[in-house]
Amino acid sequence: MRFLLRRMGFYLFTAWAAITLNFFIPRLLPGDPVQSLINKYHGRLSTDAIDSLRVLFGLNTHTTVWQDYLTYWGNLLHGDFGISFTYFPTPVAEVMVQSLPWTLMLVGISTILGFVLGTLAGVGLGWRRGTWLDSLLPVANFFSAIPYFWLGLIAIAIFGVALPIFPASGGYDGGLLPSFSLEFIGSAIYHAALPALTIVLSSVAGWILGMRNMMVTVSSEDYVTVAQAKGLPERRVMFGYAARNAVLPSISGFALSLGFIVGGTLVTEMVFSYPGIGYVLFQAIGSKDYPLMQGVFLIITLSVLVANMVADFAYAFLDPRTRQEA
Amino acid sequence: MSLVRNPKALAGMIILAFFVLIAIIGPWIAPYNPSKVGPDSLQPPSPAHWLGTTNTGQDILSQLIVGTQGVMVVGLVAGILATIISVIVGVTSGFLGGLGDEVLSLISNVFLVIPALPLIIIIAGLLPSAGGLTIALVIALTGWAWGARVLRAQTLSLRNRDFVEAARANGEPMWRIIFFEIMPNLTAVIASGFIGTVIFAILSEVTLAFIGVTSISTWNWGTVLFWAQSSQALVQGAWWWFVPAGLCIAAVGTSLTLINFGIDEFVNPRLRNTAASAGILRRKKIRARIGFTPVYRGEASAKKGMS
Repeated sequence: MRFLLRRMGFYLFTAWAAITLNFFIPRLLPGDPVQSLINKYHGRLSTDAIDSLRVLFGLNTHTTVWQDYLTYWGNLLHGDFGISFTYFPTPVAEVMVQSLPWTLMLVGISTILGFVLGTLAGVGLGWRRGTWLDSLLPVANFFSAIPYFWLGLIAIAIFGVALPIFPASGGYDGGLLPSFSLEFIGSAIYHAALPALTIVLSSVAGWILGMRNMMVTVSSEDYVTVAQAKGLPERRVMFGYAARNAVLPSISGFALSLGFIVGGTLVTEMVFSYPGIGYVLFQAIGSKDYPLMQGVFLIITLSVLVANMVADFAYAFLDPRTRQEA
Repeated sequence: MSLVRNPKALAGMIILAFFVLIAIIGPWIAPYNPSKVGPDSLQPPSPAHWLGTTNTGQDILSQLIVGTQGVMVVGLVAGILATIISVIVGVTSGFLGGLGDEVLSLISNVFLVIPALPLIIIIAGLLPSAGGLTIALVIALTGWAWGARVLRAQTLSLRNRDFVEAARANGEPMWRIIFFEIMPNLTAVIASGFIGTVIFAILSEVTLAFIGVTSISTWNWGTVLFWAQSSQALVQGAWWWFVPAGLCIAAVGTSLTLINFGIDEFVNPRLRNTAASAGILRRKKIRARIGFTPVYRGEASAKKGMS
């Protein structure tokens, strides 16, 4: 219990740090972004939007930084992230509420799938080291060095354009309206197949390599030899003794590399014009929509923190030592 | 150095050396000016244009050759800066212990958990002009935490070893203990952290260029892909526009990972022996069983069998 409480404290602190970073970054950087935005939009920004921008960038000279900081927190707690220019006059919060479920489904499912498949393959490769299976390692190595978005481009070129099996962009058939009908869900799954495949393929290699090396290390431990000597079935030694211990660094690694993977998947969404948070971020970058960029950064960070917390619970469940620490 | 004798590391170093060479001499050997608009639009590879042309007739091979420099410089600068930060934070926090350690590892854990790419995007997106070195700086500021964490753990385990205790008992000053007793034992960890950061920096930079956050006027592999994507190269089937750039990224990434494997095997003998003796074991029809680390010590001991 104490372990989990400490981790919760850490995540609360990290959330605070991310939110505070988000507040200070625009203030620390040089230049007057608001003026350049007003110029860029040729007077199409309403005075309301300009005012909220001045507050966002700390250019409101009547108030101190501390007052701004409190206002910022007050706004955040009310779910007010400002107004997006790209989707003017929709508030940032609303844009994100619409796109977040798409990302959670796509990234959530494919990341977990990649982790599970990669770990299982790593168990097998580590157990059967020194056989022909080792020749798969350079392939995994190569895949782990490919950027997500490029694999996405290749997937589109092959399965979207050359052999049009899967749709190359979008999240659902343009003729349908989002609803919980069978037809819509089917179309959503059909559109998600290619981006999901890309994410699984790009992330799986890293897990295979990490898990394989841990298996090689763990399977030389005495308790594995003893389990083998007792004549336990090989499957039991492999999963119950070796893999169970070898998977621990992978799980804490899962938590730590999630930030990296999420970054890659956001770009995958951009490539596929998938209606998730990554595509929203892409459009925000294109039109220099700072409120939206910052809102997206916050929501991604908070989601990653929640996912990390889940990984910690899993870790505590698998490793009794963390539970008895107190 | 025995790292050169490791086939994986050697292969990695050869590939890397090739790209470093291109980065240095690139501007002189590029057959065309990469930005020069030509009459042959969207041509597949031909003797005149080895990797074809863009929709405005620019030579893609030249873009890749000239762009190598940008990729390598950013990777190297970001890698060096991030390694310096991670050594300072990691070694200090591991060596000091106590409150200082708590604070420093808290900071590095926070940076580890916050997703780096979105953070880089909001910083780079707010900067008036994001050139190569600025991007390298931002990447270094967000990418040092992993190295610091590993170094801290390693320093912690070294701190109370006998040789450090002995140095302390001899009355050596702290800076001497850190630089002459502890640091030499961290070389491999620092090197592999550096290489990992360079991979991260190159992938981040290319990704940023691809999504159009950084300046698109200078050439790098990400810029090539940016133009390919925004000019509908995919729909037009212009594979020569986007395939080579990605292969270059993957080749550099693979070469760095191979070097890192070499370092890993250098540090962890279990991995080394597994890799080195796999072929010998197969020839001798010995199946690697659990509980045994196959050790190959030249032909003499191989005849006697594996221990």
